[in-house]
Amino acid sequence: MSGGARAGEDAAIEGVAGYEVVVGLEVHCELSTATKLFCGCANAFGAPPNTQVCPVCLGLPGSLPVLNRRAVELAMRIGSALHCEIRPSTFHRKNYFYPDMPKDYQISQYDEPVNADGYLELPGGARVGIERAHIEEDTGKTTHVGGGGRIHDADHSLVDYNRAGVPLVEIVSRPDIRGAEQARSYVSELRAVLVATGASDGRMEEGSLRVDANVSVRREGSEGLGTRCEVKNLNSLRSLGRAIDFEAERQVAVLRSGGRVVQETRHWDEDEGRTSSMRSKEEANDYRYFAEPDLVPLVPDEELLERATRAMPVLPAARRVRLSALVGDDTAADQVTTVVDLGLDDLVVAAAALGADASLALRRAANEAAQRPEQARRIDAGVFARLLSLESAGTLSATQSKAVLAEVLESGGDPEEIARRLGFEALPAAELEAVLDEVVASHPAEWERYVGGDDKVAQLLTGLVMRATRGRANGKAVAAALASRRA
Amino acid sequence: MTPAASGALALAAQVRAGERSAASVLEESLAAIRGRDPELHCFNALADAHARERADEVDRLVASGTDPGPLAGVPVALKDNICTRSAPTTCSSRILAGWTPPYDATVVSRLAAAGAVVVGKTNLDEFAMGSSTENSATGPTRNPWDTGRVPGGSSGGSAAAVAAGMVPVALGSDTGGSIRQPAALCGVVGVKPTYGVVSRYGLVAFASSLDQIGPLATTVAEAAAVLEAIAGHDDRDSTSLEQAAPRCSEVLDDGARGLRVGVVADFLADASPDCTGAVRAAADVLAGHGASVEEVALPELLHGLSAYYLIAPAEASSNLARYDGVRYGLRVDAPDVETMNGRTRAAGFGPEVKRRVMLGTYVLSAGYYDAYYAQAQRVRTLVARAFARAYAGVDVLLAPTTPSVAFPLGSKTSDPLEMYLADLFTIPSNLAGHPAMSVPFALGEGGMPVGVQVLAPALGERAMFRAAAVVESGADPRARGPVPARGAR
Ligand SMILES: [Zn+2]
Repeated sequence: MSGGARAGEDAAIEGVAGYEVVVGLEVHCELSTATKLFCGCANAFGAPPNTQVCPVCLGLPGSLPVLNRRAVELAMRIGSALHCEIRPSTFHRKNYFYPDMPKDYQISQYDEPVNADGYLELPGGARVGIERAHIEEDTGKTTHVGGGGRIHDADHSLVDYNRAGVPLVEIVSRPDIRGAEQARSYVSELRAVLVATGASDGRMEEGSLRVDANVSVRREGSEGLGTRCEVKNLNSLRSLGRAIDFEAERQVAVLRSGGRVVQETRHWDEDEGRTSSMRSKEEANDYRYFAEPDLVPLVPDEELLERATRAMPVLPAARRVRLSALVGDDTAADQVTTVVDLGLDDLVVAAAALGADASLALRRAANEAAQRPEQARRIDAGVFARLLSLESAGTLSATQSKAVLAEVLESGGDPEEIARRLGFEALPAAELEAVLDEVVASHPAEWERYVGGDDKVAQLLTGLVMRATRGRANGKAVAAALASRRA
Repeated sequence: MTPAASGALALAAQVRAGERSAASVLEESLAAIRGRDPELHCFNALADAHARERADEVDRLVASGTDPGPLAGVPVALKDNICTRSAPTTCSSRILAGWTPPYDATVVSRLAAAGAVVVGKTNLDEFAMGSSTENSATGPTRNPWDTGRVPGGSSGGSAAAVAAGMVPVALGSDTGGSIRQPAALCGVVGVKPTYGVVSRYGLVAFASSLDQIGPLATTVAEAAAVLEAIAGHDDRDSTSLEQAAPRCSEVLDDGARGLRVGVVADFLADASPDCTGAVRAAADVLAGHGASVEEVALPELLHGLSAYYLIAPAEASSNLARYDGVRYGLRVDAPDVETMNGRTRAAGFGPEVKRRVMLGTYVLSAGYYDAYYAQAQRVRTLVARAFARAYAGVDVLLAPTTPSVAFPLGSKTSDPLEMYLADLFTIPSNLAGHPAMSVPFALGEGGMPVGVQVLAPALGERAMFRAAAVVESGADPRARGPVPARGAR
């Protein structure tokens, strides 16, 4: 590494003031098909190594690829959801040697991708251009054992070909993204779209979604693009944001110190929180693309197009609009985004239709239900609505309501029944009055101040009542009882 | 009598009728192989144990009154680049030595379904790259007509095995003439079908857009029967045509009346007098049977050779990348993966394969792609257009298969370009994806057989076989295998 580059990295903390950060993202999305892209092997995560393989996905001599029509259909659904032009396309071979690539070439799409020229609208309304979304096959997975866990210093490497040949769609954005925050927003929005179309399970942690970032910086107000670096190994939204911030600061520092950004591929190290050079443009592979002779051009017939675009689900942008309109509260935008991202908006809308308070439904969905989204997506809207009504009516306190909701998420069941089991039956009015009598008697000074108009002390008195009833009292009911005594 | 001398169709008829057992036919074939293969080296491996099981199965079917199929009990040899579970598939390369595929090629399953019995795997130029079967890690195959000469290539082992009477029929693969050229040099019939008529699933790829499997046999009728058994759509090959396999056997007696034949004038100037003379004599035979014959000018076809030697190596450089020592075949250990890849390939590939991989890598490289690969693709289009122009006026074309008869071993190994010229007349059909076949017709220089090539447009197999049957009827019967053992002359 040159001295200039190291100086740049140490100076990263100086920030990017005066510069604009320009990002383009390449997102690899594994399609949730039953079988792989070119063979009949199962496309499933987590099987024992090298158990989901056959002559085709192992690239054995003599084997030939046969295109999975379902993968094509899902790729076209993605294109449709991203407002792309869906068009006739061809496959190419991308040639380079790597042990986890069985044929030592990857079948991909090159100059004629199936989807081109679309856009993705982000929650704030900004549009990010989509250059292309093309079909390609995944590689196997290499584990480097020993050394630093990278190929060059490993003792040996193990390759699992279960993933080889899994269908991918690579979605390439235009360099329309400005900074880490917007990049994260783009990826979570894209993820939501991919999940909504049924094309992907969207699991970043299992590698279903993998992101590479092309980062460059330019002086504010400048029109041209700076020299970009491609950052790899971004395994979470958090890594993505941190890596872009680091990389932008590094590049700005290089420029400030009079240096020049070198076009290269850089590796993000999550533990060290920095990027480091993998290979420069000069060392980059010449992929020797040429038309894949084992496959024929992909000309989508009417039936395939129809199937791909038919029954397209309501996409996240439209769902956010629907939920915001229902709640009617502009300050709840973050909660709306969360709920739509997690696919809980249908639950909120359905509960509201059954009479639940929409704002309360949104709040409980965005805060409590969001902790366990898988379970939350399965709960019955009627159950959710009844629980919310108990809370609105003051039968359950907010704390109690949350506890019941947690129980519903955990093991299901009827809210009233759970409330009874947890001892959350509303405190009878007479018992509450009796407890109040005790509290007033034991804290005369505080009561005097409350009667004298000091509202701040109401919280203390309420807390004392709650403690005496071991949380069984409803906060609203206590407040009402206190107020009526003072009057 | 050897199995080949009886003929595949006669053998199958006898086995189906219960007059002969498939087991006895097989033993005859294995005995013929044992007798002559030490001298000729047609085979890389025998699948005798599996073949005996298969033959017994055929005999059991006959005994139970079930028809085992049109090729019942017929011994077949397979070029050693066709994947078989029953025997290793090595492509005559050190890099695949001892590798037995876990699956059968589609043609192997289809042969089995037709009742045929695979006896073994035949020698070839490594990965089918060559025209003499001298580029083989297992040593050269010799021509049974004259063991001092090459059998042609790359399907030299298959052609020589049929010519020597070891098997009545064999399969080869043809990327630029690799079935037709050795067929011509060994005095047997060799057919390259229309691209997509026979499934390539299980054929180890050399140049995927050009490769096609086809039969070698002693007669046109046997070749037609084998082609019908192996042809037809296969879901496992995306380039396989949807059309049903062309029925060629039924046109063999149709004669040539009304057939329009063109003689490719441009090829005659580049062939030796015996090869040129055979084409003219074959044209006379066709005319004598009522065909109209005219000469056609197709100068573009001669450019096919240079286009082929850019396209085929380009595809080969990619197809052969997988032999990297990681998953199967040879591995030469090294401290790191890249060095292991390099050492494995350096030790595993022969010089001709290395030459073509390097050439192919070069022509696909950034900065050279347009000048070489893209330009070659334009020439390929030009060749197809020239053919289209000719086929507007004729049904089939007649041409020499090779520029000369079989040449002596070692005479062209030092000059790759000289060797490449052996495919000058066969390459255009591969570039266009058209069918073409070689029919033994006359004896030429040194008493060696001379083949005549019949070419047809895509899916023109029926017209091609019709013309070939007529040419065969007028051929010198001495020009046709099997030949008795004669040794070097
Ligand atoms: Zn597979």
